[in-house]
Amino acid sequence: MTSQTSTEYEKYYVPEKSRLAVCATIGLILSIYGAASIMNDMTFGDPGEATSSWTIFWVGMFFFMATLFAWFRTAIRENIAGMNSAQLKKSYVLGMFWFIFSEVMFFFAFFGALFYVRNLVGPWLAGEGEGGRMNDLLWPGFEYVWPMMQTPQEAVGGASAQLMANNGAFVSPNTSLSFADAAVWWHWLPMWNTLVLLTSSLTCHIAHMGILAGDRKKFNLWLTITVVLGIIFLCLQYMEYHEAYVEYGLTLNAGIYGSTFFMLTGFHGFHVFMGMTMLLIQLLRSVIGKQFTATDHFGFEASSWYWHFVDVVWVFLFLFVYIL
Amino acid sequence: MGDHHHGPAKGLSRWLFTTNHKDIGTMYLWFSFCMFILGGTFAMIIRAELFQPGMQLVEPEFFNQMTTLHGLVMVFGAIMPSFVGLANWMIPLMIGAPDMALPRMNNWSFWILPPTFLLLASTLFMEGGAPQAGWTFYAPLSTTYAGPSVTYFIFCIHVLGLSSIMGSINIIATVMNMRAPGMTYMKMPLFVWTWLITAFLLVAVMPVLAGAVTMMLMDVHFGTSFFSAAGGGDPVLFQHVFWFFGHPEVYIIILPAFGVVSQIIPAFSRKPLFGYDSMVYATASIAFLSFIVWAHHMYTVGMPVSGELFFMYATMLIAVPTGVKVFNWVSTMWRGALTFETPMLFSIGFLVLFTIGGFTGLMLSIAPSDFQYHDSYFVVAHFHYVMVAGAVFSMTAAVYYWLPKWCGRMYNETMGKTHFWISFIGFNLTFFPQHFVGLAGMPRRIPDYALQFADFNMMSSIGAFIYGASQILWLYNIIATIVAGEKIDKPKVWDGAEGLEWTVPTPAPYHTFETPPKIDPAHAHS
Ligand code: HEM
Ligand SMILES: [Cu+2]
Repeated sequence: MTSQTSTEYEKYYVPEKSRLAVCATIGLILSIYGAASIMNDMTFGDPGEATSSWTIFWVGMFFFMATLFAWFRTAIRENIAGMNSAQLKKSYVLGMFWFIFSEVMFFFAFFGALFYVRNLVGPWLAGEGEGGRMNDLLWPGFEYVWPMMQTPQEAVGGASAQLMANNGAFVSPNTSLSFADAAVWWHWLPMWNTLVLLTSSLTCHIAHMGILAGDRKKFNLWLTITVVLGIIFLCLQYMEYHEAYVEYGLTLNAGIYGSTFFMLTGFHGFHVFMGMTMLLIQLLRSVIGKQFTATDHFGFEASSWYWHFVDVVWVFLFLFVYIL
Repeated sequence: MGDHHHGPAKGLSRWLFTTNHKDIGTMYLWFSFCMFILGGTFAMIIRAELFQPGMQLVEPEFFNQMTTLHGLVMVFGAIMPSFVGLANWMIPLMIGAPDMALPRMNNWSFWILPPTFLLLASTLFMEGGAPQAGWTFYAPLSTTYAGPSVTYFIFCIHVLGLSSIMGSINIIATVMNMRAPGMTYMKMPLFVWTWLITAFLLVAVMPVLAGAVTMMLMDVHFGTSFFSAAGGGDPVLFQHVFWFFGHPEVYIIILPAFGVVSQIIPAFSRKPLFGYDSMVYATASIAFLSFIVWAHHMYTVGMPVSGELFFMYATMLIAVPTGVKVFNWVSTMWRGALTFETPMLFSIGFLVLFTIGGFTGLMLSIAPSDFQYHDSYFVVAHFHYVMVAGAVFSMTAAVYYWLPKWCGRMYNETMGKTHFWISFIGFNLTFFPQHFVGLAGMPRRIPDYALQFADFNMMSSIGAFIYGASQILWLYNIIATIVAGEKIDKPKVWDGAEGLEWTVPTPAPYHTFETPPKIDPAHAHS
């Protein structure tokens, strides 16, 4: 890469016209149309009827992914060709930062829902405070504990006992995933998950120090370890879900505990998957392409920020979903 | 790639594949105009049905689809993209940047919109019709009673959010990173400031809206119980999440409008903006406060009294920075050498009518009174005063103000003024009477009404048709200007205007500021 010593004004690189945006749009729209149709088939459709929803979805996804691949490849090639001035690089930094901020706000919505339910809705449904009349009128006998092991619906004896305010069947779980309910502590997966993820943040940081020192071997080694830890985390998460569904009766329709549990951990898991994929791509870039230098490795840096962000989200999850 | 000194490509590919901020700005502006017409058509159907009491033209279900789509199309299709278009065109010109910071992503932000709105509008023709739960799509109307179209709607909201977030990130990166040397933050034109803060709001709340619709999606299709008390959730949770997005959203709509007016009023008063610094701080405080007032939309859902009080006082606080702005605009005009070209007329119209909307907002903010006003036509009057006479008027002013710079031709002033007066009269005739019927108890979103409201409703409908028709005049004027308007070539189209955009040739060349300009202190914050 050219050094940035010249005091002269450096031209900001404005790319030529590009097909990427239109292709990405086509892929995106097909995917969402397909995804929505799949869900509609499932909920409203006639199970016997064949539809093309899945085909549309996969065609869209394929198109979308291929475009993203081409997009990043273009951006990487431009950087290697030395077209990116220091100023343009700063634009990428800002872009990544605010993207992560938007992700933080996405999780904020789900955490907000969790706090609202735990601190206000639950007690109100059980008859506390000004909202408490609901308890006498609709859910007599419902008592609030968190994790909510009995839904209001079941507390009154099922949907048939309270016809007015039911819109679904919510089958309570029999065991929660909280620490308090863990049989033996070393079987408690969330703890191992926390260890794995925290360690991976550390290894990711070591990899970063490696590339900063220009030590590619160190970088590749520790980045590999990070990716492997990410995969281990996802496997453990899969085991936990399996256990929840099969043994604990904790499902998506197990009431609000199941809803918040699966949405928070699910979206987090999805983000771990994305972060892991990003890091894996950086690893391949380094191993196969011999890319990245001590001064120029933004692709890795951005992925590592993302990885640390995912890690921080997990710490909050661990606290508010599993421990408290 | 090499040489950049070239004009636009030829044919359709210019628009499909462009990375040029001016092309993308133009596309945003035309797209939002189309949506303005589409949303306007829905409004005309609503007003036609309400012309007289009783059910005349449409089925109640269809009426609900019209109110829902009207709101969604106007908010997400017309107003927001129009200001993004303006940002694309003007921010690089105003801060002396060669383009937006991330040009390809910029193009993607735009191209997501047309197919998404096509999908949304096509739900009208699906079995069961378009979504009917209103633009605020409260649960359980939008979950338990959702039809298949709601699923498409949810995904449309997701990708619209994606487009907004990418657009905002681009604006933030541009403003923070691409200012010409010497263009410090406190020298930026106010339009740039208001957009920077708006972009921040967008990045902060669009993901929350995505969260809200995701919870809906899960409730509809996967058996979760976020919005269902039977499973331990709460329909009111939806309202909290929605309005946590929704109230900042109304400031997302109005802040760029504030910015526009802050450019135009000084130009036609031939005086610098009064109280520039306080304008910046007021904008920032409005943005901050907008995060802690959301539940003023929910006074009647049964919140604890402490909640009502908190949100009431917080809401009233917003009137303070808003008042600062209004006083600053008035002071800018005070003893100025005023002239009343079309952009100025629309800006003054904005000033007067937005202030009325602000006052009705203040009335609504009083929790005990809101029990009477809530869900009545009074609320409809309030938000149309701020969103139409606020956002749309200022957008109209912006188009008249910058159109000569964009296309190098002058619009027809007489026609512009006519457009203003017809719009002004039509608008007030439509919405002023709605204050009265609202206070008297006419509920919103109902296709029929009691007989005592008949006269005012007929006035409203006539006003709406007048306002609607006057926009055709606007469209005609724009097209006539682009095709055959009187040519102008001096950089400074308006003699009182200040700012870098008036230092480049007219019409603005395809590429501007490829080397950054020298910032002359006289050109800083117009
Ligand atoms: C002084 C500033 C303002 C105050 C104090 C204020 C206050 C309020 C209150 C209390 C409501 C709820 C009324 C009800 O549902 O009973 C409301 C509704 C609304 N306001 Fe404002 N407002 C202000 C400015 C604005 C601005 C600038 C905009 C947009 C540009 C806006 C857009 C809306 C909208 C769209 C609604 C109705 C939402 C719906 O239910 O569909 N407001 N306002
Ligand atoms: Cu509000």
